[in-house]
Amino acid sequence: MATTSAHATAAAEPHHEPSFVRKYIFSTDHKVIGIQFLFMSLFFLLIGGLLAGVIRWQLGWPTNPDMPLPGGGLLPETMVNQGIVLPEFYNSAVTMHGTIMIFFAIMPLLVGVYANYLIPLQIGAPDMAFPKLNMASFWTAAPAGVIMLAGFFVAGGHSGAGWTQYPPLSANPEFSGVYMGQQLWLISMIVLGFSSLMGAVNYVTTVINMRAPGMTWFRLPLATWALFVTAVLILLAVPVLTGALILLLFDQTIGTTFFSPEYGGEPLLWQHLFWFFGHPEVYILILPAMGFVSEIIAAGSRKPIFGYHAMVLAIIAIAFLGWGVWGHHMFQSGMNPTLGMGFMATTMVIAVPSAIKVFNWLATMWRGDLHFHTPMLHAVAFVGMFVIGGLSGVFVASTPVDIFLHDTYFVVAHIHYVLFGGSLFALYAAITFWYPKMFGRMMNPLLGKLHFWLTVLFFNLTFFPMHNLGIAGMMRRIYDPNQYEFLRPMQELNTMISIAALLLIGTQLIFAFNFFWSLFRGEPAPANPWRANSLEWAAPSPPPHGNFARTPVVYRGPYEYSSPLSVEDYLPQDDPPAEGPEPVPAPATSH
Amino acid sequence: MDHSAAMTLEGGPVEPGMGVPNLKLGMWVFLLSEVMFFTALIGSYIILRAAQPEAFAEPGVVLNVPLTAFNTFLLICSSVTMVKAFAAIEHGDQKGLRLWLLATVAMGACFLGVQAYEYVKLVDHGFVPFAAGYAAEGGALYGATFYTMTGFHGAHVTIGVLALIWITVRAFMGKYTRASHGGVETMGLYWHFVDLVWIILFTIVYLI
Repeated sequence: MATTSAHATAAAEPHHEPSFVRKYIFSTDHKVIGIQFLFMSLFFLLIGGLLAGVIRWQLGWPTNPDMPLPGGGLLPETMVNQGIVLPEFYNSAVTMHGTIMIFFAIMPLLVGVYANYLIPLQIGAPDMAFPKLNMASFWTAAPAGVIMLAGFFVAGGHSGAGWTQYPPLSANPEFSGVYMGQQLWLISMIVLGFSSLMGAVNYVTTVINMRAPGMTWFRLPLATWALFVTAVLILLAVPVLTGALILLLFDQTIGTTFFSPEYGGEPLLWQHLFWFFGHPEVYILILPAMGFVSEIIAAGSRKPIFGYHAMVLAIIAIAFLGWGVWGHHMFQSGMNPTLGMGFMATTMVIAVPSAIKVFNWLATMWRGDLHFHTPMLHAVAFVGMFVIGGLSGVFVASTPVDIFLHDTYFVVAHIHYVLFGGSLFALYAAITFWYPKMFGRMMNPLLGKLHFWLTVLFFNLTFFPMHNLGIAGMMRRIYDPNQYEFLRPMQELNTMISIAALLLIGTQLIFAFNFFWSLFRGEPAPANPWRANSLEWAAPSPPPHGNFARTPVVYRGPYEYSSPLSVEDYLPQDDPPAEGPEPVPAPATSH
Repeated sequence: MDHSAAMTLEGGPVEPGMGVPNLKLGMWVFLLSEVMFFTALIGSYIILRAAQPEAFAEPGVVLNVPLTAFNTFLLICSSVTMVKAFAAIEHGDQKGLRLWLLATVAMGACFLGVQAYEYVKLVDHGFVPFAAGYAAEGGALYGATFYTMTGFHGAHVTIGVLALIWITVRAFMGKYTRASHGGVETMGLYWHFVDLVWIILFTIVYLI
């Protein structure tokens, strides 16, 4: 391969070595771009976490002068006055915690990092189909992040209309007192949409066209399958959001009236457009997580994944069904109850493919040779937390129950069980699993396990009691629940949750320390530290530019653990069959 | 390695991929997302109009249908010349490629010119996208949806014309050959898509 030989001769001819800027900043290498996304989204994870700390501080000790917000003195008086979080800033914090975590932390972590890093490696390609477009994708996402953060520093503060941005609150600055911040929010999201779009076009084209010889559709690792289906969802869902954002931006800036009822506009139209995007978005945030967990549980159990085809079909089924359920976010928005019944039924149907996946993970682990290394622990926690979040999802999907639970902390608990308990645990699993490949060093296992156990503990202490708060009637996004007599008895629980949440945030420092310490001091990683089968482990750690010395040839699926054909308990996808024809190759029905 | 590769490959098409070049496949994938973008805008228009029929004027009252019909004809013709340009280079006809591309650029630019003229006339008539100062028949939603939909289509045509100019320059530099002309084909896909969207917009915005 030309790229590899060029790389090999680079040492002899130093002027052929790409400059620092071309290699690490404006790089077209999918691995560098993935790592750029990793650092960017971990930074936003920190910002989102700090905003969560602000929210929990206010709810734990509402408007309490004896408990000033730590570090509140660093913030301007329009946000925090004498240690007390002001209501306007609280609204911004709630809005921006959701926005940043969903769009700038979890989504880029799942897709920006791992679709970029893993897809070419797992399908045996030297790079993406459009490397320059890939670079443009990151360098569109980064300015979007800057624009989003700039909103905190403009007069009037950042958007406070919630991450869902329902008009008329979001459309009319006179209602919220937020002018510029609101517009920056919308512009940032439109720019980010372009970034996602460029990425998605790349991922879809790459998976379809760039697979190595022998890498048929049903030999793809489940991570790649999930990322491929997710890319299709992004491709179809994000433009709808972009359209809606543009209409809202026009309402705010040039005075159109799409969502203003006084001129015949329809506020509900926003909700339909937003959730038509928003529900597929929910699956954009969980499907890649499911893919990563499938890889890690199979490798950690030393067994083939149970029901590979069922796993693939479940991914596709979830993605397909996800288009017909957006109305379940709008049960209380003034919808015909008959229509609500329909949305309730379609929503509950999604529990079926989700449950197929859960049972397949359990069956994969059943009687496996379980290795509870840090990635495996996080992956198993994902399964457990996802079950809790999935079940509370069935509660709120039932229209009669939702009448009582909508817009309460029960919904907050649900979203955090699937997005933190689900996606973020899967991300910790993925980061610790692929870290040796990315950086050529192992993370410290002891610190990894300490971080895992404390995170599981404080996560559940934080979010499980929120179900109770919700059933007790505490509204989400509320600034001071004690203004209502009936919520005052919940204050002790709220304080306990806040202490657990702050400890949860503190625990993440262990992860941050481990991440950066291991970059320099971690044990050097072998090419295949987890003895896994998929192609990325056939490349060196970290893989060079161009990934593989020669294009790999694929002979089998990615989950041949404990195969009788191998002396080892794993059988890499590119290991040539020892002798005689193997029964696996050459399915004619590859596409 | 080579021997075992042959073993894997025997008995079936194991060499993956669609047999379509990346650029062309990427354009198809991109156009899928464009379909969803215009669906959001057109869907919003349909919902707003169904909810507020009195905010929208009858066809031909505000909008100049004959002028836009001519413009539609122009855009359809430009799709035909785009196909002719592609057919020419498929036969290695460099001169044909250049002439048909020039014709496509010219008609695309004319479309934009006519649209700009139409906008100026409409604004003079008091047909503006915002509520303040709206003085035409119907209501402010009419102007808002009209300018949003046709404006975003116009932006797509503008990008298309700029890309076409670039393709034409490359054609004059002799960059396309009978064997290699993926850029012309991919440009054609985008251009036909923009044309198709216009036919839908013309129908639902001007005629219905």
